[in-house]
Amino acid sequence: MATMNLITAIIKPQKLDDVKDALSAKGIHGMTVSEASGFGRQGGHTEVYRGAEVTVRFVPKVRVEILVAATDAAGAIDAIVKAAGTGSIGDGKVWSIPVEEVVRVRTGERGIPAL
Amino acid sequence: MTPGLALFYGGMVRAKGVLNMMMMSFISMGIVSVLWVLYGYSMAFGKDLGNGLLGNPFEMFGLTDQIAPDSFFGGIPTSVFIAFQAMFAIITVALISGAIADRAKFGGWIAFVIIWSTLVYFPVAHWVFDFDSGESDPGGWIANQLKAIDFAGGTAVHINAGIAGLAAALVIGKRVGFGREGFKPHNLTLVMIGAGLLWFGWFGFNAGSAVASNATAGITFLNTFVATGAAMLAWLVVEKLRDGRATSLGAASGVVAGLVAITPACSAVNPLGAIALGAISGALCALAVGLKYKLGYDDSLDVVGVHLVGGLAGSILVGVFATADAPAGINGLLFGGGFDQLNRQLIASVAVLVYSFIVTYIIAKIIDKTIGFRIAPEAEAKGIDLSEHAESAYELGGARGGAF
Repeated sequence: MATMNLITAIIKPQKLDDVKDALSAKGIHGMTVSEASGFGRQGGHTEVYRGAEVTVRFVPKVRVEILVAATDAAGAIDAIVKAAGTGSIGDGKVWSIPVEEVVRVRTGERGIPAL
Repeated sequence: MTPGLALFYGGMVRAKGVLNMMMMSFISMGIVSVLWVLYGYSMAFGKDLGNGLLGNPFEMFGLTDQIAPDSFFGGIPTSVFIAFQAMFAIITVALISGAIADRAKFGGWIAFVIIWSTLVYFPVAHWVFDFDSGESDPGGWIANQLKAIDFAGGTAVHINAGIAGLAAALVIGKRVGFGREGFKPHNLTLVMIGAGLLWFGWFGFNAGSAVASNATAGITFLNTFVATGAAMLAWLVVEKLRDGRATSLGAASGVVAGLVAITPACSAVNPLGAIALGAISGALCALAVGLKYKLGYDDSLDVVGVHLVGGLAGSILVGVFATADAPAGINGLLFGGGFDQLNRQLIASVAVLVYSFIVTYIIAKIIDKTIGFRIAPEAEAKGIDLSEHAESAYELGGARGGAF
């Protein structure tokens, strides 16, 4: 029975600081951030070069990954959704999956203490 | 100017082809510099071999007899004139590279630069630029018999390179994915820097063609900058009306289109004529760059749309806007000169266009059938920088550790 969750959030790049602050306020201090690109219902945008249209399908996004105790997952997701939302199309998605094992590389601690 | 062209073109290709694109310009500087001194200048400006078609390549071979301190061309030392004209020879062949971006074998391009300069540029420069020196040397036929006005290379440089770009693009074929994928310019700031350098260098190109520091140089300078401004504005207006936005690539392209168009005309029109000529040419070029999608040839960086169309517009409009008040002293259609000069301009333009297209097509075809002119599709997919030069332009990934 997994007691930890991996939360992945795809958000607008300009909302990263808001999300980070919201998670810090919840007592979640670690996260991994990577630049990502993709599209959902937003479907990219069109650019024009010398009259030739170029459809840019993949829009720049930021992917935030955090590991939390399963009991904290719902609160963390709520915090992300509240902080990342602008109400317009392309705000992103958040999902959570169970995690079997987490190990802190430096100390070898496992499970919840390793978070 | 040619390093500026390297930046202008380099920014317009994808990140995986920028080094090759710039190398096509740089290698042209190396090759044509040497050819020019060995026999190029002599073929262009040597004693005419007959009918104004070609100068004697051996007359001044190696230029060893051109360095005497008292050797003058017009009012300037011959050495200065030779070096100045070398720039025209270099940039003309380099311009062609934009039509075959991202897919030409480097060895094939080197062969092309050598053969094309020898068989196309040097003879055509003789036709257009070698004025009768009066010493039983009749000079080039366009300059002396036809008397078309081409002050700094609308025919010899831009129509010539533009149509050669079309011929080379037809032989070498389309880039993989042409018409299906959008090919986004990878760095528009490079394009803007390159356009800026071309813009600046062009003042030397046009005003310098006066071969003296005099009123002709002044008027050509003035006409060059005002026509260029008008052409850029016209290009941006076309974009705004057609696409809804004025773009930076459009501004850079409009600048080059204007510079191209005023090149043949800068000694023949007054400043208002230069504005009209620039605006018409800028708008025409902005419309012409879309032709390749309709007609299905992959002139990658619009050498045809900008240099051929701009060169034709400028060369032909000389026959319309020329005024006897300008240094060239000829009246065009609008100033009561009738169709006489317009006809001369048309004949010169068509002659250069037809000769350059046919000879370029044959040269490119022979290179393609012998040493090969096109890289393999896998190499193209991987990127021509890697396959032809074993280099990549940008190392920005952070995943490999290290200091960056």
